[in-house]
Amino acid sequence: MEFKTVLTTCPYCGCGCGMLLEVLDGKLVGTLPSKTALVNEGKLCVKGWAVHEFVTSPKRLTQPLVRKDGELEESSWDEALNMAAARLREIKERHGPDSIGMFASAKCTNEENYLLQKFCRAAIGTNNIDHCARL
Amino acid sequence: MSQKIREYVQQLLSEGKIKGFLGLKQEHGHIMPCLFCTPGDLDHLSLGDKDGPGDARYPLNQLMIRLVREYPDDTFAVLVRGCDERGLRELFKWEQLNEERVIPVGLGCPDELAKACECEKPFPDCLTDGPQGKGVNSPKVAHIDGMDREARLKFWMAEYDRCIKCFGCRNVCPMCFCNECSLEEESLVGTGEIPPDNPTFHLTRAVHMVGRCIDCGLCEEACPADIPLRTLYKKVADIVSEEFGYRTGYTIEEKSPFNIIEG
Repeated sequence: MEFKTVLTTCPYCGCGCGMLLEVLDGKLVGTLPSKTALVNEGKLCVKGWAVHEFVTSPKRLTQPLVRKDGELEESSWDEALNMAAARLREIKERHGPDSIGMFASAKCTNEENYLLQKFCRAAIGTNNIDHCARL
Repeated sequence: MSQKIREYVQQLLSEGKIKGFLGLKQEHGHIMPCLFCTPGDLDHLSLGDKDGPGDARYPLNQLMIRLVREYPDDTFAVLVRGCDERGLRELFKWEQLNEERVIPVGLGCPDELAKACECEKPFPDCLTDGPQGKGVNSPKVAHIDGMDREARLKFWMAEYDRCIKCFGCRNVCPMCFCNECSLEEESLVGTGEIPPDNPTFHLTRAVHMVGRCIDCGLCEEACPADIPLRTLYKKVADIVSEEFGYRTGYTIEEKSPFNIIEG
């Protein structure tokens, strides 16, 4: 028998609220706001409160999807990445690098977002990089 | 940190009277709930006091319900302040917890906390450590009662209209255990808009919590909009006390007037 709460940071937006995930025998069973987190001082928004629900949601994507003949189909990571890379290269060659733009994500780490802008500027060759809040 | 509480829990664990103690631990500057299963685990035990008394309290009874649903045949101990003990009594009566399988470990609150909480009974009867402090009447309730009807309605509507419908008040509540929540009943509360229908949203909850709310104040502490929910529920409790003579969680025998089915 093990019941503990694990301190972590909310993955939903860039605020970085401190939250406690309730773990009972290795299973995620609940979320509580951290009282001692300086950012949110024991408060969360509706999305933060529900974090534990999406982890085991049956609607959660667990495999990449590739659109074939207009229909999304489950595929392997290799197939999905190869297809994205091939299409990005094709579009860049035909229409120029500024025909491509990218949105970074508040759900990613700083390092991941740095990597995306680097990829955008150095590999694609465009400054069309922005934050997902612009969507 | 209370030596008396640590020793009492150590004794319960080493004598095998309990499977675990649901309390709080302090680690890396943070305080969080934890189930202590061996006496050796108790090094990081905390009572929920970080920078001030009781500034890091959590709904331990809510976690207890979750634990007991998985382990109904085991006995656990739980850290309780005055409000938590009132909560345990109601949860026994509402049959969410079994009195024979929960051992309360009582902590009295210092006057500073009792005053901040405007708590009528800031200590549990099962006091293991901490003061047996004096109860405080609510100056906030008295202040709002002093307003005329129009000013009072204006005051509350302005408070309710800041609501972002995060459901934090419900989610953190140690006394919310319904499988279906009236706040998610579309015929009572519409969906897709903030602020929610007011005053319906907040009054629905206030009325539903009659005979359940034990004035722990965790709802108000969890509210990102700083709505004085505790003051609202205190006033509702005062009305129930005056009209029905019932005070939530003060005895183990008497049931809430809203929890009696006759016929």
